[in-house]
Amino acid sequence: MAVTHVQTTLNGDEINFLCEPRQSLLEVLRDVLGMTGTKEGCNDGNCGACTVIMDGRIVDSCLVLGVEAKGADITTIEGMASPEGLHPLQQSFLENAALQCGICTPGFLLASKSLLDQEPDADEGRIRHWLAGNLCRCTGYDKIVRAVLQVSKAK
Amino acid sequence: MATIFIPSMLQSLTGGAKQVECDAGNIRQVIERLEELYPGIKDRLTEDGEIRPNLAIAIDGDVAIMGLLTKVGENSEVHFVPAIGGGL
Amino acid sequence: MTSNQVLSEIEYNVVGKRPVRPDGVDKVTGRARYGADTNQTGTLQAKVLRSPFPHARIKSINTSKAEAFPGVRAVITAKDLPLASLSKAELGNEYAGLKAASDHMLASDKVLFKGHPVAAVAAVNAHVAESALALIEIEYEELESVVDVREAMKDGAPLVHEDLRTNDMGVTADKPSNVATHMSYSTGDVEKGFAEADLVLEREYTTATVHQGYIEPHNSTAFWNSDGQLNIWTSTQGTFTVRASVANVLRLPVSQIKVTPMEIGGGFGGKITAYLDAIAAVLSKKSGVPVRALMTRSEVFEASGPAPASWMRVKIGVKNNGKMTTVETDMAMDAGAYPGSPVMQAIVCAFACYDVENGKVDGYDVVVNKPKTAAYRAPGSPQAAFAVESLIDEICGQLKIDPIEFRLLNAAKEGTRRIEGPVARRIGLVECLEAARNHDHYKTKLEGANSGRGVACGYWPNRGFQSSVVMTVNYDGVVSLIMGSVDIGGTRASIAQQTAETLGIAYEDVKPTIVDTDSIGYTFITGGSRTSFATGWAAIDAAEDVKGQMISRAAKIWDTSEDDIEYVNGGVSHKSDEELKFSFKDLARQLATTGGSITGRSSVDPTGEGNGYAVHIADVTVDPDTGKTDVTRFTAIQDAGKAVHPSYVEGQMQGGAVQGIGWALNEEYFFDDQGKMMNPTFLDYRMPTSLDLPMIDTVIVEVANPGHPYGVRGVGEAAICPPMAAVGNAVAGATGHRMRSLPITPGKILEATWENGKG
Repeated sequence: MAVTHVQTTLNGDEINFLCEPRQSLLEVLRDVLGMTGTKEGCNDGNCGACTVIMDGRIVDSCLVLGVEAKGADITTIEGMASPEGLHPLQQSFLENAALQCGICTPGFLLASKSLLDQEPDADEGRIRHWLAGNLCRCTGYDKIVRAVLQVSKAK
Repeated sequence: MATIFIPSMLQSLTGGAKQVECDAGNIRQVIERLEELYPGIKDRLTEDGEIRPNLAIAIDGDVAIMGLLTKVGENSEVHFVPAIGGGL
Repeated sequence: MTSNQVLSEIEYNVVGKRPVRPDGVDKVTGRARYGADTNQTGTLQAKVLRSPFPHARIKSINTSKAEAFPGVRAVITAKDLPLASLSKAELGNEYAGLKAASDHMLASDKVLFKGHPVAAVAAVNAHVAESALALIEIEYEELESVVDVREAMKDGAPLVHEDLRTNDMGVTADKPSNVATHMSYSTGDVEKGFAEADLVLEREYTTATVHQGYIEPHNSTAFWNSDGQLNIWTSTQGTFTVRASVANVLRLPVSQIKVTPMEIGGGFGGKITAYLDAIAAVLSKKSGVPVRALMTRSEVFEASGPAPASWMRVKIGVKNNGKMTTVETDMAMDAGAYPGSPVMQAIVCAFACYDVENGKVDGYDVVVNKPKTAAYRAPGSPQAAFAVESLIDEICGQLKIDPIEFRLLNAAKEGTRRIEGPVARRIGLVECLEAARNHDHYKTKLEGANSGRGVACGYWPNRGFQSSVVMTVNYDGVVSLIMGSVDIGGTRASIAQQTAETLGIAYEDVKPTIVDTDSIGYTFITGGSRTSFATGWAAIDAAEDVKGQMISRAAKIWDTSEDDIEYVNGGVSHKSDEELKFSFKDLARQLATTGGSITGRSSVDPTGEGNGYAVHIADVTVDPDTGKTDVTRFTAIQDAGKAVHPSYVEGQMQGGAVQGIGWALNEEYFFDDQGKMMNPTFLDYRMPTSLDLPMIDTVIVEVANPGHPYGVRGVGEAAICPPMAAVGNAVAGATGHRMRSLPITPGKILEATWENGKG
């Protein structure tokens, strides 16, 4: 099948890749670029495990085509920590035991980052509303919400 | 003497007896002794020389981990309980 | 703000603390490698063709067009499995079991549920494999199907297996039936007990088919090397179980198969059965290269193992003072397409919270045209608890007795004989009920219109089973902890903590690694609330082995007898010469020059697991116009024996509670009249989201289990047993309607309201 050339910004770096028009951004990330931090849970936009930040908005990467990444600015879980250390949300998830199996964690972290980037003082109600697109089956959400609250200025 | 609790479904074979006192060193001997007393009961409890797959043996509340070779204490209680199934 | 409490009696140095988990950083940075992240060079992608019918005979399969499709490297059907070339006579008693296992993996003659695998393709990518599936031609003869457990039990119901006959404790029935097994246990005199009761209530309950709902779909990558060695990388709760299952179906010696555990994205009992491994293996053998198979979400719903739907009749007799005199139940659960529902666990768990003199329980394991059910957290017990705890709440209402006081009056305790016979050892139900009674939640008056509060108990026996651990002492004093138990929810931490505690060293100085089936002794699944208990036992035992060797090494260095040396405070000391002592690290530094490293090892099959009990309190409000139930406050209380890592124990309690809330209110497989599941997506199979829930308060009660050095009891399962009844009882309080069928949907609540003329 014919492939398309795509130039995009991924975790701050300008990159190029070739993909088939039918391939989702999730497939491109995992299968073309070998970046397996973004997880597949349902492939139909209902679980949020494949959440990435695209041009400042959270998207389910399974619902975005790879070719739509052209010219976009994308952040995945691989781009969340810095050479100085973990992002405060990553640290808070560890300290609060906000993960059990960990498969939903990359998606929750990016969704939470996107919320606090826009609303640094989000309260519990706002956090619960914002994260409702991400499913976690292990924790019952309690410790995830607490971990995000700890980083939020609302406390 | 160990006390063997007869599952209710097998009490028709024991003439209604719910418990049987039995002198036995291990589960194999328990079953042999029961068979002497109540012919036919062995086939209900075992299959191909092992305890039936849907049954487990509990000795004083502990599930027997060595099958028919598990030791039975002098005053032990022995129960035939449902095996934990469905992969837990 | 809500809270988490730990009611501790014994403090340890490391056990009971809350360190960061060893695998934590990899899991928050996306570096942890789960099953689907496996990538061997040249891996093909597999797709499975599944039956569109719940029940049909396979008349013919033609794969030639798929084989010819560009990019396709292998196509397999049941003809490629060993069963096809083995005769019934050759296999003897093994035949029935092997046929069921083999057919479950790839159907040979009949398909028994929608989603039943029939063929599989390996191709250069998943899109090509999927296109090729459409070219496989299968001729089916559709058969009448049955999906309801009660319908399946009736005379004249369509038979899922023509040759299945009911096994009644060792006696096989004459004519075929969908009832695979019946078992019954009783104690005391049930009739006398009912005659003595002042109040006897009898009710029927049903629950729907639900799914574990782990977020990571099933996956397996297999490479059948030309030297005959079969390698499998998969996310599973039990590598050795996968190995045994594949060895059975492919008729291989177990040692020819190596299963490497990848990180696992949730299981809850659903990732014990090996669905894809043998398929990927045979495709790899045929194509000569590694093959990776991944399920889609719909395949997970339709073709992995959900938890059974159930029908239950419960009858309880009580005196006016609330003392229970007799209990009785019949429970039937659907096993799906092959026998093996957890109904026998259900009947022995049903009344395990109570001390009652007379009782009788009957269980029926029933096959239907649905996917074969699998374990789901405390298998069987949640359904049973819904029925029993709902009826008890109704009795409390009629007798006007507080539901916690009623339960305290009747609670099982040390010495209580259960219906199936064994006597309870030290258990913590009374302590959990007392903690519930004393909790701020229970003492706070319920306020607001249309609100209700419910209480319920739950039980899971917990189990031991085999575990192996090896640990080596590095020359810097760090201990490498090697185990076969996969980590689903923090057990690297809890086993490392028990190791550190036993050796008297820091948690940070224990480095856990989970290894493949060639690298450790047999280790049973992570499940059954066994890992922190049984693998913990193995770790403690191996650490004791290390301590003994450290003593003998010091004896060598000091040229003295081992009897003169003791292991204290994380080091060795001479009993009479104060000058002679080594810290763990100092002695470790001397190992290289005194005989080499030290390796501790242990394989155990421990008994003495402590039974697990939980008590939940739920507050709800029910919207009278829409029938929608909101959980407004929830408290989970559980006896952990000793919580090794309280945060992960709380996580188990909260996670179990929320799965139970989903089971209570939302979750359900919808089947059409043809037996096809209509909602195999997370959009339509609606699990709770963060927006649906309050914080889940927890109280960890610690009644030490005498069967474990640190008093540990399993904690993963009891937590999912009480929520359905707790929520249902709260709904009854809010609406006046007793809901006896799960899930308690808005529609059911509105129907009940209209029927009672209150709408």
